[in-house]
Amino acid sequence: MSKDKKGIEIARQIPDVRKPEQRIEDFNEVSRGFSREKAILEASRCLQCKKPKCCEGCPAKIDIPAFIKLITEGRFIEAGLKIKESNPLPQVCGRVCPQEIQCEKSCILGIKEQPVAIGAMERYLGDFLAQEDSQGLKTVVSLNILTKNGKKVAAVGSGPASLSLAFELVKLGYEITIFEALHEFGGVLVYGIPEFRLPKEIVKKEIAFLEKLGVKFIKDCVIGKIKSLDDLRREFNAVFLGLGAGTPLFFNISGENLCGVYSANEYLTRVNLMKAYLFPEYDTPILKRDRVVVLGGGNVALDAARTAIRLQASQVTILYRRTIEEMPARLEEIHHAEEEGVNFQFLASPIKFIGENGWLKRIKCQEMEFYDVGVNGRKKVRPIENSNFFIDCDVAIVAIGATSNKILINESKGLVINKMGYIEVDNNGKTSLEGVYAGGDITSGSATVILALGAGKRAALAIYSYLSNEQLK
Amino acid sequence: MIMERGVIIYKKEVAPNIFKMIIKADDIAEKIKAGQFIVLMTTERGERIPLTVAESDGCKGTITIFVQRAGKSTYELTDMSDGSKLYSLSGPNGRASEIEKVEGNVVFVCGGVGTAVMYPVLKANKEFGNRLIAIMGAKTKELFILRDEIEKISDQIIICTDDGSVGAKGFTTNILEELIKSGIKVGKVIVAGPPMMMKLIAEITQKYAISTVASLVAIMIDGTGMCGGCRVGINNGSKFVCCDGPEFDAHKVNWGDLLLRQMVYAEEEKISLERYKEKERCYE
Ligand SMILES: Cc1cc2nc3c(=O)[nH]c(=O)nc-3n(C[C@H](O)[C@H](O)[C@H](O)COP(=O)(O)OP(=O)(O)OC[C@H]3O[C@@H](n4cnc5c(N)ncnc54)[C@H](O)[C@@H]3O)c2cc1C
Ligand SMILES: Cc1cc2nc3c(=O)[nH]c(=O)nc-3n(C[C@H](O)[C@H](O)[C@H](O)COP(=O)(O)OP(=O)(O)OC[C@H]3O[C@@H](n4cnc5c(N)ncnc54)[C@H](O)[C@@H]3O)c2cc1C
Ligand code: SF4
Ligand code: SF4
Ligand code: FES
Repeated sequence: MSKDKKGIEIARQIPDVRKPEQRIEDFNEVSRGFSREKAILEASRCLQCKKPKCCEGCPAKIDIPAFIKLITEGRFIEAGLKIKESNPLPQVCGRVCPQEIQCEKSCILGIKEQPVAIGAMERYLGDFLAQEDSQGLKTVVSLNILTKNGKKVAAVGSGPASLSLAFELVKLGYEITIFEALHEFGGVLVYGIPEFRLPKEIVKKEIAFLEKLGVKFIKDCVIGKIKSLDDLRREFNAVFLGLGAGTPLFFNISGENLCGVYSANEYLTRVNLMKAYLFPEYDTPILKRDRVVVLGGGNVALDAARTAIRLQASQVTILYRRTIEEMPARLEEIHHAEEEGVNFQFLASPIKFIGENGWLKRIKCQEMEFYDVGVNGRKKVRPIENSNFFIDCDVAIVAIGATSNKILINESKGLVINKMGYIEVDNNGKTSLEGVYAGGDITSGSATVILALGAGKRAALAIYSYLSNEQLK
Repeated sequence: MIMERGVIIYKKEVAPNIFKMIIKADDIAEKIKAGQFIVLMTTERGERIPLTVAESDGCKGTITIFVQRAGKSTYELTDMSDGSKLYSLSGPNGRASEIEKVEGNVVFVCGGVGTAVMYPVLKANKEFGNRLIAIMGAKTKELFILRDEIEKISDQIIICTDDGSVGAKGFTTNILEELIKSGIKVGKVIVAGPPMMMKLIAEITQKYAISTVASLVAIMIDGTGMCGGCRVGINNGSKFVCCDGPEFDAHKVNWGDLLLRQMVYAEEEKISLERYKEKERCYE
């Protein structure tokens, strides 16, 4: 335990979280985050290391000890601005970043004791800044935005990758226009991650802040249909593709088109983007049934399961082909799901969806067993002979990942795509087409918000040098 | 009236519960091709609903849709007054219709509001130099849309109504079978209308091994290929109607799938339509 002046060891502070029985009744945010006292107490745990390992664990390379020090000095605005220097979305990352495998994983204090709760402090500062500097005036001043240089950059898609690119380039005096296919901006932050983990108000404010900095947002605009990539290459000095990995994968097993079988993308888009949980106030419906089975083990599967609980399902089961250790979802969210009554059935996978007159009735499954470890360290599983069993259910949600959306890719000659269907880029996001860059899930496959932010930032710097050399030619 | 994108410029009930609506959308009018559709939301709380673009005018920058009142969204849309603005309008969605040289006749089978899909495809085939026969079916004579327009560009037109109030009495299926049996060279059939009709048409042309394209309908959410809600069984795999279609080889479609998936939200839709009609009643 780190000592404080009175010699009392300070344990890692725990954010306030709403009680399960209360939070499953609505879609309001589950965690309330740190109070001011907890933020200050937690900040005092940090050793202010000379060579802070935590920064290496953060893809956005935030100067973590610096902002923590500012908290200990009660300088909250400056602490928030310190984060915003390298991460435009502290309110988002403070909530959804998998800190436990990133910054907090490499925190030196964590070697002997509990690591410093970096994410929770980041969230506190992000919220504090959004409240105290609600018009963003202090933030704007701190960013020392360069005068406009007349160069125009287009970004396709409005998820974290494009938002962070726009943030970096608008600071360097570029004019950015973001084209979004849907009628809301934010990508997965708006259609995928539920309100109870990431309130949409936060995303709206971040978009409004970027608009104030001069970034243009255009909705209802599918690039590859209403405009081509070539149109953008003609109209803009450079183009960034932040398309995400939005096409859902299915098992392609029989019965998958029965009524009651959803992809997690459809289920979450209906509830988050179209607010189906407020039907009939909102017009888009969603099936509210008792027995729901979610197939998959990542953040998406958990979000779908916890959404089903909030839609009054009496029995929600996550069926995953490996075990809890292998689940890619964040441990904290797995615990939240358990507290909210989600059941887990491990080492099982579906063989067939079975229905009666078109409606799902049950799933035929089989048990799995480990038999080997893959090259990436991931344990391999295989079915156990005649281990079939059935699960009765009314709704099944397939959450086994997504792949790249092909609308723009199919229409862009010369854009090299790898065999997984993602855009080939160098580590600065440069694609095979001159002046065209890409980042986020469209290059990496489904990953994380912070990696998308990092990719957007790197591409912004690459575009900056590309366009600066362009001038010299 | 401000001619801003998404503004309703013209609306007229051209048949009982079927409205012709012209919407300002320069960008879509310029890019839209035969067989493609748009996705719109009437209000911020509305559904995202797909509607075919039956006509477009590149110079005036407008698109024309024919809307059949089905549930709350289409009622609300057709109640919108001229000059009011849609909350969201995007497109063109889906792949354009494949226009190719056809030996013999191309037979278009148009059912009800499905005619709106067939009209631009008919025109595209006309411009391509194919010989066109149009079979237009409806329950009764008032329910036809675009009849004169289609008559003008078809080499031959056959009208039929379930109740015999105009044209032949009967269904498009028997008309088509008679046409095939009459020995006329039918190179290709394109069909759009209620799923059941398309299913029966496909069964007939399968018998005579005539290549057939069907323009499918499916419940959609985004319309851009990111949710899979519009998926339909094609051969043994599945395809997304919104971006792989809406046109498919009718002999490969799993019609059972399609028919069932239409009904998923029948109950919920009744609730929202009744609520809407009550709200409308207290405004009148
Ligand atoms: C349900 C769910 C939960 C998640 N939870 C977490 C979490 O807790 N923590 C975490 O770190 N990560 C999480 N992730 C992953 C994270 O959300 C993604 O890695 C991140 O959003 C990728 O950002 P992006 O900008 O690359 O793409 P996206 O966020 O997917 O945004 C892409 C945008 O581009 C638009 N678009 C696509 N094609 C076109 C086109 N042709 N024209 C115009 N617009 C187009 C799309 O409509 C979309 O709005 C989650 C993902 C999902 C689906
Ligand atoms: C590619 C495509 C093109 C279309 N073009 C047209 C058009 O030109 N004119 C037109 O009037 N309609 C068209 N439709 C159908 C239109 O989208 C539906 O009528 C509309 O979504 C119904 O919405 P609603 O809320 O009014 O009815 P709902 O309350 O959603 O449903 C009422 C009834 O209509 C059926 N229905 C619901 N959604 C659809 C749907 N997407 N397709 C077919 N039936 C549906 C339901 O089975 C239900 O019984 C098209 C659909 C697709 C997929
Ligand atoms: S952005 Fe994520 S990884 Fe970086 S410091 Fe914040 S919580 Fe940690
Ligand atoms: S590694 Fe941990 S203790 Fe050291 S500076 Fe970073 S957060 Fe503080
Ligand atoms: S409507 Fe969502 S994928 Fe077609």
